[in-house]
Amino acid sequence: MVIEQAKMQSLASRMVEHEVKGRSPWADARKRFVRNKAAMAGLVILILVALFALFGAHFAAWSNEELDYNVMGQVRELGMPSIASGHYFGTDDLGRDVYARTVQGTGISLMVGIVGAAIAVIVGTLYGATAGYVGGRTDQIMMRTVDILMSIPYMFVLILLLVIFGRSIGMLFLGIGLISWLDMSRIVRGQTLTLKNREYIEAARATGVPSWKIVLRHIVPNLLGVVAVYATLLVPLMILTESFISFLGLGVQEPLTSWGALISEGAGTMNYGTLWQLAFPLFFFCITLFGFFFVGDGLRDALDPKDR
Amino acid sequence: MFGYILRRLAVAIPTLLLLIIFSFLLMHAAPGGPFTGERSLPPQVLANLEAKYGLDDPLLVQLWNYLKSVVLHFDFGPSFVYPDLTVNKLIADGFPITMTYGFLAFALAAVVGIALGSAAAIRHNTWLDYLAVGTAIGAQVLPNFVMAPILVLIFTLWFKWLPGGGWSFSDPSFWVMPVVALGTSYMASVARITRSSMLEVLSSNHIRTARAKGMPESRVILRHALKPALLPVISYLGPVFVSMITGSVVIDIYFSTGGIGRAFVDSALNRDYAVMMGVTILVGALTILFNLIVDILYAWIDPKIRY
Repeated sequence: MVIEQAKMQSLASRMVEHEVKGRSPWADARKRFVRNKAAMAGLVILILVALFALFGAHFAAWSNEELDYNVMGQVRELGMPSIASGHYFGTDDLGRDVYARTVQGTGISLMVGIVGAAIAVIVGTLYGATAGYVGGRTDQIMMRTVDILMSIPYMFVLILLLVIFGRSIGMLFLGIGLISWLDMSRIVRGQTLTLKNREYIEAARATGVPSWKIVLRHIVPNLLGVVAVYATLLVPLMILTESFISFLGLGVQEPLTSWGALISEGAGTMNYGTLWQLAFPLFFFCITLFGFFFVGDGLRDALDPKDR
Repeated sequence: MFGYILRRLAVAIPTLLLLIIFSFLLMHAAPGGPFTGERSLPPQVLANLEAKYGLDDPLLVQLWNYLKSVVLHFDFGPSFVYPDLTVNKLIADGFPITMTYGFLAFALAAVVGIALGSAAAIRHNTWLDYLAVGTAIGAQVLPNFVMAPILVLIFTLWFKWLPGGGWSFSDPSFWVMPVVALGTSYMASVARITRSSMLEVLSSNHIRTARAKGMPESRVILRHALKPALLPVISYLGPVFVSMITGSVVIDIYFSTGGIGRAFVDSALNRDYAVMMGVTILVGALTILFNLIVDILYAWIDPKIRY
């Protein structure tokens, strides 16, 4: 049998040169995400807003607590946004710099959103994965508890908590964290139920891996996609909740501020013609929510290719 | 069906009792009572006041008395801060107002949302679809506390068409802005959910069969597509109703409509525990009741649900 030596040689060398590179599901997802224009625009907006919150204070001519006595009483005429006076976004009715306050409010609102979502991710994932994996009566009891907690009008209970234990930012974090994980635990449980009969889980169980280790090592990593999507969509909801409470004056207290508090102040002084006080915080609030929604939708499309 | 309703009630009633007990205990864990104000009262006066409101009884006795009066007589007791007001009076004054604009906003969200969503799905990839999707995305970032100032700015301050606040049962011009501010973002969500589920239903086999039979398109949509397409919308309406009640707090404050939201926030700032508890329990009861209605409706429409 004559084999064309030269041809085989060239084929072999070609195969060595052009080794087919495997793609992980995550790399595929990244590619789909990058191709999604709305999601990329959302990501860019979010990065810009985060940079604004982190470094915006360095460019402020006024601190967030200073009162500009020159404009007091004539905010409508002198407190306009202008580069010359250093009040890039104008001043509020007390003569405080709206730019500096917006930077501060952006930071606090983003922090509340991210911390709230982080609590939801940690508590909700562990709770849901445990309930789904253990199953049986434990699962029944755990999910009934979630059902009961979900049927409570949480905004009212949250306000109750804030009034009783003091209106501090710590309490706000705790209160938002207490309610945010409920949905997450349901989603994670549903996903765990489909995962737990896979072969690799069976293999792990057969080799005697303890249950808690199976949950942490094998179930939780495979939930990451769902959790990431839901967490991105949860952040804007947390920001909305915090803003709602701060709008009522029950959330973040002075001298701290947040988007909700700034929008509330701006809405209150709109009659006097100082529209910039409403417009700038509202602008940052809206574009950030847009950003999170777009990125969340993009992540969902990227990680769940069958759903389109 | 009857057994299903009974079983759901068996969960709903303990939930409500738990909510009452939880908020009662929370109130009593609070530092400072309703009478620890700026001016401290002489001890004898304080003792008399506490005796009057039954605050000197053991905790369990107080809880039992409260549960008894709420469950048996629907009586939430007197307000702690305004002695001549009872919680029932506050609720009776504010609740009809909240319910009026709340119901209208709910109708706006449900009816307009479903119509817009269905229209977008039927005219998929036309200007109507893009308009509906654009509105839905835009309204997502305009919750009630953002809509309210924007509406006032445009319709009261600039055009001077609508009153910027207050309430009157006889003059609908007072209703417009509360209803729109409260309903818009939910209308958008309903439209989005309807659109995607309608698109899915329209591409399913039974619709193709109906069309192949030569059924007129309007009948295909109304008789065959709408019902299955509404299932996800119905399960979303329960949370919407709850958010409407919650959102009414903002509406009551911003538009001075005089609903129960105002009473709730005032009582929160004054530490008027009786009012806070009364409103929380009322809202909780409504929430549970409405979720029950939605579940029953769902089970009735969806034959796949076994009860």
